[in-house]
Amino acid sequence: MLDIEIDGKQVQVPPGSTIMDAARALGAYIPHFCYHKKLSIAANCRMCLVQVEKAPKPLPACATPAANGMKVFTHSELAVKAQKGVMEFLLINHPLDCPICDQGGECQLQDLSVGYGGTASRYREAKHVVVAKDVGPLISMREMSRCIHCTRCVRFGQEIAGVMELGMANRNVHSEILTFVGRSVDSELSGNMIDLCPVGALTSKPFRYSARSWELSRRGSVSPHDSLGTNLIVQVKNGRVMRVLPRENEEINECWISDKDRFSYEALNSAERLQKPMVRVDGALREVEWNVALDYVAHALKDVAGKHGAGSLAALASPHSTAEELYLLRKLMRAMGSGNVDFRPRRSDFSSDGKRAGIPWLGLRIAEIQNLSAALVVGGFLRKDHPLFAQRLRQLARKAGKVSVVSVTGDESLIDLHARISVAPRNLARALAGVLKAAATRLGAAVPAGLETVEPCAQAQAIAESLTTGGKKAIFLGNVAEQVDQAGQLHALAADLSRLTGASLGFIGEAANSVGGYVAGALPGGEGLDGLNAREMFARPRKAYLLLGVEPEFDCANPREAVAAIKQADFVAVMTPFRDGAAMDYADALLPLAAFTETSGTYVNTEGRVQSVSGVCRPPGEARPGWKVLRVLGNTLALPGFDHESSEAVRDEFIPAGAPFAENLDNGVDLPLAPLPAASAGGLERIADVPIHFADALARRARALQKTRDAAEPVARIHPETLDRLGVAAGERVRVRQGPGEAVLTARADALVPPDCVRVAAAHATTASLGGMFGPIDVERA
Amino acid sequence: MAILGAINPILTVGWNGDAAWRLRDYVKRGGYGALRKILEEKIPADQVIGEIKKSGLRGRGGAGFPTGLKWSFMPKDFKDGKYIVCNTDEGEPGTFKDRDILRNNPHAVIEGMAIAAYAVGAERGYNYIHGEIWEIYKRFEEALDEAREAGFIGRDILGSGFGFELFAHHGYGAYVCGEESALLESIEGKKGQPRFKPPFPASVGLYGKPTTINNTETFAAVPFVLNMGAEAYLEAGKPNNGGTKLFSVSGHVNRPGNYELPLGTPFATLLEMAGGVRGGRKLKACIPGGSSAPVLPAEIIMDCTMDYDCIGKAGSMMGSGAVIVMDETTCMVRALERLSYFYHEESCGQCTPCREGTGWMYRIVHRIEHGEGRPEDLELLSSLTANIMGRTVCALGDAAAMPVQGFLKHFRDEFAYHVEHGKCLVPPEVQRAGSTFFKAAE
Amino acid sequence: MLTTESIQKIDREIAKYPAGQKQSAVMAALAIAQEELGWLPSEAIEFVATYLGMAPIAAYEVASFYNMYDLKPVGKYKLTVCTNLPCTLSGGGDAAGYLKEKLGIGFDETTPDGKFTLKEGECLGACGDAPVMLVNNRRMCGHMRPEEIDKLLEELE
Repeated sequence: MLDIEIDGKQVQVPPGSTIMDAARALGAYIPHFCYHKKLSIAANCRMCLVQVEKAPKPLPACATPAANGMKVFTHSELAVKAQKGVMEFLLINHPLDCPICDQGGECQLQDLSVGYGGTASRYREAKHVVVAKDVGPLISMREMSRCIHCTRCVRFGQEIAGVMELGMANRNVHSEILTFVGRSVDSELSGNMIDLCPVGALTSKPFRYSARSWELSRRGSVSPHDSLGTNLIVQVKNGRVMRVLPRENEEINECWISDKDRFSYEALNSAERLQKPMVRVDGALREVEWNVALDYVAHALKDVAGKHGAGSLAALASPHSTAEELYLLRKLMRAMGSGNVDFRPRRSDFSSDGKRAGIPWLGLRIAEIQNLSAALVVGGFLRKDHPLFAQRLRQLARKAGKVSVVSVTGDESLIDLHARISVAPRNLARALAGVLKAAATRLGAAVPAGLETVEPCAQAQAIAESLTTGGKKAIFLGNVAEQVDQAGQLHALAADLSRLTGASLGFIGEAANSVGGYVAGALPGGEGLDGLNAREMFARPRKAYLLLGVEPEFDCANPREAVAAIKQADFVAVMTPFRDGAAMDYADALLPLAAFTETSGTYVNTEGRVQSVSGVCRPPGEARPGWKVLRVLGNTLALPGFDHESSEAVRDEFIPAGAPFAENLDNGVDLPLAPLPAASAGGLERIADVPIHFADALARRARALQKTRDAAEPVARIHPETLDRLGVAAGERVRVRQGPGEAVLTARADALVPPDCVRVAAAHATTASLGGMFGPIDVERA
Repeated sequence: MAILGAINPILTVGWNGDAAWRLRDYVKRGGYGALRKILEEKIPADQVIGEIKKSGLRGRGGAGFPTGLKWSFMPKDFKDGKYIVCNTDEGEPGTFKDRDILRNNPHAVIEGMAIAAYAVGAERGYNYIHGEIWEIYKRFEEALDEAREAGFIGRDILGSGFGFELFAHHGYGAYVCGEESALLESIEGKKGQPRFKPPFPASVGLYGKPTTINNTETFAAVPFVLNMGAEAYLEAGKPNNGGTKLFSVSGHVNRPGNYELPLGTPFATLLEMAGGVRGGRKLKACIPGGSSAPVLPAEIIMDCTMDYDCIGKAGSMMGSGAVIVMDETTCMVRALERLSYFYHEESCGQCTPCREGTGWMYRIVHRIEHGEGRPEDLELLSSLTANIMGRTVCALGDAAAMPVQGFLKHFRDEFAYHVEHGKCLVPPEVQRAGSTFFKAAE
Repeated sequence: MLTTESIQKIDREIAKYPAGQKQSAVMAALAIAQEELGWLPSEAIEFVATYLGMAPIAAYEVASFYNMYDLKPVGKYKLTVCTNLPCTLSGGGDAAGYLKEKLGIGFDETTPDGKFTLKEGECLGACGDAPVMLVNNRRMCGHMRPEEIDKLLEELE
């Protein structure tokens, strides 16, 4: 440790620390702009100049290594003179119009100029003007004259987002931040640049000029989107969510949030919110009072159960629901005698149900990722499925951790990968088996039976090498690994690989409550009841469906099958925050649900962390929190045990009070290795990604997100060779077919898609009429 | 162009004829003898560095840092690749010596770099050549081919087992790349933005590896130092200022060009060798070490000897040895305006005081020159130079501020006159008479 | 985008640098592209960036930082005249003025026939030969007094 003295106070810091690190350890503030703890050191703003004993000139605290016995003065005459000098230079070309700047009130430059700026400017020359840029729907670069060239945004792209979209072009005072020839900024993490910008140069396009920072209340919340459990600050003005910002949590999201986390709030304020219950009368939906609606639903459910048995009822929930909602839904169904409950609509293989040792989870704490020597991610569109999880792995690879991917496309992960295998979905298991076999061979262990015909490729060998050497290792099963038909097989293979190599095994999990749903027990069967899972309840159509926050036309593994089953049912009740979906066609009752930020509730993230949040604003109209709706529905149905006074009371029924982490997390599985499918299916195979901004009901309706490149309309992506074989030219319209379902799309040549595969996104209106996300598909010229 | 004049020359011996730069001619002059001797006799690296230290050879690029000491900073036990880089990004206004070195004797630089590589344990090197002197870059590439073919660079030099690969990298128009860390960034394929130091290149240099960077003239001197012996080289100059130096003389002299002199030669001698002030006019001022060195008025410079110590004591710097001579027809405000424009234009834009300050200073000087000066401008200028100096990432900030300070210090009355009268103390017709564009120099 | 010959030249430049450091060749590659195309349209910058495995904006940073790259079309002959102090003391500024008058254009302008573009240069590193100018970034011309300038323009006609 080094002993250093700052402004007379002693502090010890580890070797390699800077003066800035030491000051932070002491809690002493040194003014700065370009310095950011998560970014590389630029030392360009010069605001953090301090006096160091024996140094002839002031030194930048952010870049100067701390040395034993060093004496630093941050407020000495020399230091303050330097800092004031820098501030003067920063302000000469900066517009001095804080009152009309969107950043006003939360601007580092404004704040520091109060302490270090002069009362009048000595600068009498013309100010430099920088032209506005348009970089897409999320970030506004209209006021680039405000830029102070700290390059935080540039470094963020290079280092955190993994893609350099902004750069500082030109030189001298003409230096300016821009994209390559006016392109948009497309990173799924781009909004963080707005937070990083210390001035009003990069601002939030959806938010700008809609409120002042001091008018906004700041409330903590948790993201309802992916499984990370990203901590948020939700800012509210007049009962309306105006902005979402990261709430720093080093163990989860550090100081970042994804663009989906940041901008999905726009859907909350959408004109399409369902504000009053509706029931279908004479074929048309009519607004009714809550008691009428609940009576209607209760009667209909009882009626169907009476006529056809409780097993004719089925309930499906979105994994983005709160754990309390999931718990009460399952409780309600069981109390009515039905075990047909599920919260995993995109799953198609349930062979591991009943064979799992516990609740599937990440297998380690999120923060442990940074200490891995190697990680293998199997099956998923990592960067778009889990932007910040990918970011963690990106940082791991930057510090020489070996990150490998086995998946169904060669999508750019923006991670410096150790190895990668991209295969058709049907060959995922074979590819993973290759890694398993290579690892077994390397370790001199017996090759598991059934893998005789597997021949590990060079990449599989490289992955096996990374998993059999070094320190802590991890295997992660991504979304696709849970969505494909061989999900159970992949689980079993990964479990074998984990046992063999000592690597931890985990599921990244698709949604905010992918673990929470298991904790809440929103699963088929149990308590002596048989139960149909999310696939079976549609494959064997039921008479009544209760849908919670889920939009089967987008969210189900096989939307065509799901919608067909729902449409034939006698009764369909839909609990939803929105009134613009397909439910308007098939619902017999619509119950307006409070959305994220409007309800209290719990999310159990991928590492099993229990995070309960409060509602931060009221739901619109008569929309009500889901737990209340289900509780009152339980009362209306005269079911026992529906007397909770709060969402906490609901939670306490299934999570021990105060438990920071869920119990019984275990990825073990007792599933024999099934024979591997033949390497070739003989036809074309569909690969379906769930585009980042179509993954849940909220994102789908977020206006700005829907204008991003990530929200572009799906195309049929096909390997160029396969395209040639089909006699289709890139750019042509093609008809893609799965059984009776079909869609007409534009064909796009994409060498990242394995040959004989057709990548067609799921969760989108243009593809909702198709069948399963994976499996046979036909393509012909339209 | 050969050397225009020399006193006891070392570096420029043999600079005559069109073929002098060729390998054959260089070898005939004893070229590659020092490298051969070191490799054949397996002279320990420490001994080579010791010789360079003893010779008093100091960096010829401007900073004058002792070369042997710089080489000794390279970590000995680092095994993962070290680099030798030569700085021929000669863009300091007034300096044009390295161009002539590469034109007339590129192999001396190659040999010097190979010796340096041997001394510090580097296996790879680059010579970064000013983009504007394209013909010289091409010539250097040709010289590299000759040296490679003859086995003086490459995998196994002269069968010694020591290998050193050397390549040329051209700049493309950025003065700041003459700053060593900006130069490294530039080789890495980035904007030439200087790095914050520490770490210094000797620990984190090119591609993050330990790197020694020296000026062209420094490397060119190395073979001569070793051939003639450290003591003889030291004695060719004066104590602490070993050897000879090339001086680039430009501006108002009759014979602008390069001159090789022992360090410590009086300025007056150099001026005389350069044919004296044009048209027999009176010397007004001289910038003795490239445009960033503070200007010295005639009466001070005429008393100076040309070496690091004497020029330093006089309040300026010997820098790169670029001597810009100005006669009595020169308007000092206009001269400074052009220099300030240069530093403003060439600021890399990275750090605040330089990016903002150089532009501000230029605008003020520009106003003064154009009759729009304000009484407070001179104080403001002084204050700005103080706010820039020592506050920037690299020395370009200082380089921009020092001329302003120098001009204001010695020619303040001329600036004050401009501010007060909105015109120049040196009448326009006198300034015009100073131009030799339409008539050859006498 | 570029001829095979240019690509080969770029490959030769890449070979100068260690494995994994292709980006080091960006300055040379941009210069080669500019030599072939006369200037650097954004497509050329993107081509070079992709060829070297860098972000297009990173290549643009380079292209816009070094002032010998032309991001806008220039005339058949680009004349860069040094007007820095040492040159101007020896007629550099006068030479620029002479050219402006003779060609009827100012700095950063191109003659209507597309033949000449005039640029104000910073130190070319040849102050002893002042006035100096650079033709198309490649050919350095020194001691450029009126007769020499006239001769040069005639030659380039």
